[in-house]
Amino acid sequence: MSELKEIVLNYVKKEYLDEDDDREVTYSTPLISGGIVDSFSMVSLKRFLETKYKIQIPDAKATPEAFDTVDNIAVLLKEFGKE
Amino acid sequence: MSNIGSYEERLKDFKWEISETELGYKKGGHINIGEYCSDRICRLGKGEKLALIWEGHGGVHKQYTFNQLRVLTNAIAQYLADLGIKPGERVCLFMDKVPELYFGFLGVLKMGGICQPLFSAFGAESLLTRLQDAETTAIITQKKHVSKVRNILNELPHLQHIIVVDDDKTKPLREREKAFSMDEVKPLETFDIYPSLAETPSVLHYTSGTTGKPKGAQHVHYSLISQYITAKYVLDLQDDDIYWCTADPGWVTGTSYGIIGPWVNGVTQCVLDAGFKAETWYKFIQDHRISMWYSAPTAIRSLMKEGNEVVQKFDLSSLRHLCSVGEPLNAEAVIWSQEVFGKPFHDTFWQTETGSMMICNYPGMKVKPGSMGKPFPGITATVVDLKTYEPLPRKGVVGLIAIKPGWPSMFRTYWRNEEVYRSKFKNDWYICGDRASIDEDGYFWFVGRDDDVINTGGHLVGPFEVESALLEHEAVAESAVVGKPDPVNMEVVKAFISLKPGFEASEMLDLDIMNFIRKRLSPLAMPQEIEFIDRLPKTRSGKIMRRMLRAKEWGQEIGDTSTLEDE
Repeated sequence: MSELKEIVLNYVKKEYLDEDDDREVTYSTPLISGGIVDSFSMVSLKRFLETKYKIQIPDAKATPEAFDTVDNIAVLLKEFGKE
Repeated sequence: MSNIGSYEERLKDFKWEISETELGYKKGGHINIGEYCSDRICRLGKGEKLALIWEGHGGVHKQYTFNQLRVLTNAIAQYLADLGIKPGERVCLFMDKVPELYFGFLGVLKMGGICQPLFSAFGAESLLTRLQDAETTAIITQKKHVSKVRNILNELPHLQHIIVVDDDKTKPLREREKAFSMDEVKPLETFDIYPSLAETPSVLHYTSGTTGKPKGAQHVHYSLISQYITAKYVLDLQDDDIYWCTADPGWVTGTSYGIIGPWVNGVTQCVLDAGFKAETWYKFIQDHRISMWYSAPTAIRSLMKEGNEVVQKFDLSSLRHLCSVGEPLNAEAVIWSQEVFGKPFHDTFWQTETGSMMICNYPGMKVKPGSMGKPFPGITATVVDLKTYEPLPRKGVVGLIAIKPGWPSMFRTYWRNEEVYRSKFKNDWYICGDRASIDEDGYFWFVGRDDDVINTGGHLVGPFEVESALLEHEAVAESAVVGKPDPVNMEVVKAFISLKPGFEASEMLDLDIMNFIRKRLSPLAMPQEIEFIDRLPKTRSGKIMRRMLRAKEWGQEIGDTSTLEDE
């Protein structure tokens, strides 16, 4: 599970923080409600998870709540057997 | 009793001079938006009234009175003048919804600069296009966004000052960068406010079209006359209201009604700088006893999606009046808001080019769910024939929404693009670019855009801009970008792409292209769906037939294919 979280966290930092944005982002940092990943960008994060883990996340499960932290994303991915 | 009273009575007796008189403006006299939104309110005895209640990430709170607004905007204006920035020069505001953005807007106006607010989620390429076009002299931004500016600095010889409002001195500032802190600057009691006149340029708002680069719709200080009275009548702002406009000041709603409208009316407003979460939004309304709420259909539909149970957890009894803007508000959303909030969202229609509300639903007037409403008093609006631009005589027939030019906040030009500006006027009408019909009761009903511009989440995205950016990706040979229906955002961007030899369609390439556009342009412009095809449909003259691709996405008739290139 921690390897998965690390992969997701590194992806978020690389893709959604600008070069000079030195905010600390951890597994529990709010991503959506914290303004790091907006609702439009969430689509690309969902696509990353689907591509990386070869799953299809139904729209009903791809909620701002489910994507709000790396911890939450890990819980979601566990539903698809990914840890 | 609402400010507008009876809409029908207002139609008979309305003149723009009413707004001028209430504001104490005399024709030919000085009018400066910054002054009217702060100094004048203080002179009316409201200096100690709260102007801004701000909440940021992690629950950080700040609040400012109108007097603090006055002296801090003076200090910003003086700082900019001391840098050597001259009246008429363009100053970009490129920040999240932090107090410095709102105060910076008025500060720039007070020193006679032209404000160029830009959405902080714009990528470097979107930023470059707009800063180059405006030959912007200065940009006020935050540490987190400064790398985007640094990456394009070599292509911006006119940009002299990069003003960072939250520098924490942990890393050295670079070429042309300087630090400014609104928390540390000495408030300035007196500033020699620029003596702007009615036609003095005030704001440049960039907007996208079907073809070409985004254009700067240029407004003037006289726009205040429209913004004041429309905020008073349509938003029904009362002296004791606590107002919340959810729009970002990177877009025209966020300046016309997120800064000017409430403050020229001397009304307290709240700003939430946080990502969307239904609970957070409802708690914000509850905590600050928000009474007037101006939001957008995409946000409203997102709230609907979260369900009614979450609404019940909060006390939203303070809400008195609700309005919506950005895209047509579907009937279902109007009915839902009546059910959960006890009152409907009132749809309002207007554009970057119009500067203020044009066709609206008014307090006290019957709301027909799904309708745009009726023209604001003082606005002559109709629908005209698609070819002749003559007003359509019969009700219920679809035509182009047209407005008689000359209202106070009408844009005065597209920045250095007079030709395209003139093309927006036909047969003595300003043509909005949207289609609608008018029913027997005089209510307007939106049908759709008349061009290929995509309205996603209430923001316009020009397909040309996205297609041009796609061509910069190493794998893309050609592309066509259209709007695809979406239940929350109305439309989202979909790209049809043919690949260069040596590249193959794959999920990884799909994701790579999405991120490429998201970072270069903006999350709004990012294609949410990509379809790889061998050949794009084109006319025999080589023009890509976007409308065919769009029609398929919307389940519509494809129409005339006689000019289609043979297979």
